[in-house]
Amino acid sequence: MFEQLFPILLLFVVAAVLAGVLISLSIFIGRRTKLGKKGQPYECGIDPEGTTREPFPVKFYMVAILFILFDIEVIFLYPWAVISKELGMFGFIEMLVFVLILLVGYFYILGRGALKWD
Amino acid sequence: MSLEFFIVTFVKIALLIFVLLTACAYSTYMERKILAYLQNRVGPSYAGPFGLLQPLADGLKLIFKEDIVPDRVERITFALAPVVSFIPAMLIFAVIPFSSEFDLFGLLPSPTEGVISDLSVGVLFIFAVTSLGVYGLVLAGWSSGSKYSLLGGIRSSAQMISYEVGYALSIVGVVLVANTLSLTEIVSLQSGSLFNWYIFKQPLGFMIYIVCAIAETNRAPFDLAEAESELVAGYHTEYSSMRFSMFFISEYANMLAVSAVAVTLFFGGWAGPFLPPIFWFLIKILAFMFVYIWLRATFPRFRYDQLMDFGWKVLFPLALFNIMLTAALEIL
Repeated sequence: MFEQLFPILLLFVVAAVLAGVLISLSIFIGRRTKLGKKGQPYECGIDPEGTTREPFPVKFYMVAILFILFDIEVIFLYPWAVISKELGMFGFIEMLVFVLILLVGYFYILGRGALKWD
Repeated sequence: MSLEFFIVTFVKIALLIFVLLTACAYSTYMERKILAYLQNRVGPSYAGPFGLLQPLADGLKLIFKEDIVPDRVERITFALAPVVSFIPAMLIFAVIPFSSEFDLFGLLPSPTEGVISDLSVGVLFIFAVTSLGVYGLVLAGWSSGSKYSLLGGIRSSAQMISYEVGYALSIVGVVLVANTLSLTEIVSLQSGSLFNWYIFKQPLGFMIYIVCAIAETNRAPFDLAEAESELVAGYHTEYSSMRFSMFFISEYANMLAVSAVAVTLFFGGWAGPFLPPIFWFLIKILAFMFVYIWLRATFPRFRYDQLMDFGWKVLFPLALFNIMLTAALEIL
């Protein structure tokens, strides 16, 4: 276990340190001037208008929620896929039922127009 | 744990980081050069012979650029976002077998496995780490305090999580055939003959995988995250100097990563005749990178509703169908 996980942890630390070093390199070496107008958010050269924190369409939340649902259901497929040959016919039919239930939910959200973009 | 294990691990990680950063730098050169020839131009040609020093010049220039932190940003998340998108891009390579056993021309005391961590649940690890990549974009888009960044961030996060489902489903097919989640085992199962490659057992799965992979990495024709004509540069509009190049590096590292995963899962990994395994691995990845660039030169960008419809209404059912078909063929 340790032999499998330690290298990943080490790579994580090395990558994080590398990113930190590279970014601080440009902070220290890069030239510095007063920000002034440069500090404004970019809006094609004209003065920025209004605030950024405005409501945006609820559809994006819908997609995120549906993603979580379907992604968890996908995860259930992995253990079965690994031992599918041992389970044989029994596992196959079980999974068929599972996927059918999944599809019922899928067609329900399609019917309700949750994935409609216009 | 022996001291040797720590040293060997560290050497492998150092090598990986070095090769990966060089590969990222030279993918930009490769992209510019190939794109140029496809468009009847010459591409970078002043820095060094054939412009080969161009990536170095670009890198140095970015380091010496001013690091601008605009007024309206959320400072902590703004600083964190580039790092958050950089780390997962590197982490994917931890479980990808890049060679058979090797001893680095006799430099290491005993032959070592050609993978940094032979994780028994490698496929799940890849799946998990790829999902983490989206956090970098969301944080960058939200913390920048710019409208273009916010729109780019929201768009690309919705896009990435939509294609994540198809991505995960397309890999289930390979697991069904191989019956293991370990990537080294998947590679060894494919060795021996060209026809053992899983591309021949999973053609549909591979098609779904490659489409989702391109969408996952936000590349043309799915590059709505940075649709230049409408969003300036999307989620990294407000970033400059090395912070910007972190996003740039992680984009290319992600491209290399999904190519490496595709090579491992569908094209036999490092297996190949005559040449040393590492060369086969690199050649196959290069072929994928070429396809990536070719696609960019060929296809116009999708419209956003087409993109979401395609992900949810075509790829998702198709991937489920592929799984049940594979299961039926394997079990019955």
